[in-house]
Amino acid sequence: MSQSNTSPAVSIEQLCHHYGQRKALIDVSFDIPTGTFLALLGPNGAGKTTLFSLLTRLLRPSSGSIRVFGADLARSPGAALARMGVVFQQPTLDLDLTLRQNLAYHGAIQGLSPKQVKRRSQAELERFGLWARCDERVRDLNGGHRRRVEIARALLHEPDLLLLDEASAGLDLESRTHLYQHVRNLCRDEGKTVLWTTHLVEELDANELAVLLRRGRVKGQGELSALAAAQGHGDANALVLSLSEPAP
Amino acid sequence: MSHAKLGLASYWYCFRGVLLRELQRFLQQRTRFLSSLVRPLLWLVVFAAGFRAALGIAIIPPYETYITYEVYIVPGLIGIIILFNGMQSSLSMVYDREMGSMRVLLTSPLPRGWLLLCKLLAGAIVSLFQVYAFLLVARLLDVTPPAIGYLAVLPATVLGALMLGALGLLLSSLIKQLENFAGVMNFVVFPLFFLSSALYPLWKMREASEWIYWICAVNPFTHAVELIRFALYGQWNSMAFSVTAGTATLLTLGAIAGFDPGRGILRRKTGGKPG
Repeated sequence: MSQSNTSPAVSIEQLCHHYGQRKALIDVSFDIPTGTFLALLGPNGAGKTTLFSLLTRLLRPSSGSIRVFGADLARSPGAALARMGVVFQQPTLDLDLTLRQNLAYHGAIQGLSPKQVKRRSQAELERFGLWARCDERVRDLNGGHRRRVEIARALLHEPDLLLLDEASAGLDLESRTHLYQHVRNLCRDEGKTVLWTTHLVEELDANELAVLLRRGRVKGQGELSALAAAQGHGDANALVLSLSEPAP
Repeated sequence: MSHAKLGLASYWYCFRGVLLRELQRFLQQRTRFLSSLVRPLLWLVVFAAGFRAALGIAIIPPYETYITYEVYIVPGLIGIIILFNGMQSSLSMVYDREMGSMRVLLTSPLPRGWLLLCKLLAGAIVSLFQVYAFLLVARLLDVTPPAIGYLAVLPATVLGALMLGALGLLLSSLIKQLENFAGVMNFVVFPLFFLSSALYPLWKMREASEWIYWICAVNPFTHAVELIRFALYGQWNSMAFSVTAGTATLLTLGAIAGFDPGRGILRRKTGGKPG
């Protein structure tokens, strides 16, 4: 890794975003330390997907800034995006193309040579146990396997930061656990920084670092169990349930 | 690896990848390919046959002899192939944007202008397959341009297709909702086609009405068709080239400047109909 571990992988400062009159994010500020796994928690409509769209530069913030490994996303988008791997909430694979073709396309738009793409595709698909199926169409894979292909694709250009937006949505419990463990290992074994967006707290360990988002504002950050205690809840589940309740 | 500054080669790999994907998708849509050929062939076989008797075509450049109406109409029909393709590929970009694969493209660290240009160029190149298939059938129907024409028509078609693809992309950025795209077909595609030299030579238009003639004469689609017409007979037309190239440049720049991937998200969040 080219950056020292002391500077954060992502630094979000006073980020605001509104859709017309409706405020979706209000003064959101937090850091993701390099090499850590951070869960972005919040009920549906809390602003998670808006934040995700701002991080991937699909939206421009109304105000505030995002820095990725020191590169300002607005001023040096190329430098920031090059170090980012993204898994979107919606499936984004080309169903009629093969696994290999999907990965080749992604590698190419990341600027990798065909040789690099070939080598990296094999490495990632092997890691996910899907190399034997590389010439099958994505349409023939089940939901869990498709998600794995999307993660393999996001890792193709060896990014240091992995962003996942509700990556486990729509999967059965076993696939969800597997996915979570796998991404957790990437963080532990390879030093990747991970932002894992979810509204399902049960898939996370109690000692996981988390940022709580509610109605577009950061409601707290820290270890999940400590956050729950600080907010007067017995466990993280109760904490997230409380987030969905209407404001007093 | 990825942290190294992206060199020129990366731009080429990106273009190659986008083009390959368009070709792979094209190969899977054989029915779309066939149906896109039916349209110009119907014009050529049915429409031209009916008009053959009604319309006498004088000797006008680039033709050196009297020609049949079928011969006259072929470049205009190439024009309609690339016009429909341009609109369709822009539609697919709007659709892609909604479906998420445009999101993936936009995670590329390369400049967005380049990514869009790659999409437009790839779409233009894929159109060539349809154009050559059409020319092959036209040859069987006795429209036989010289051999050099088949080569020269390639860059002319790509330039024309780039211009029309950029127009489609610009329109898709300006249109609020996808439903309105059908309106654009009626208000943009058909006027562009009918008010051009695709179906009738400009002098014929002038006989009918001076102001219709002028609209046709300034229509960039006329110039794209004329560029293709001259190229198909191995000739160069500076005016047609300048207007087509200039319009293609302006529309491409406008489409890149106007491109905003947040629009689809904005529509959903503000409660508008999804586009």
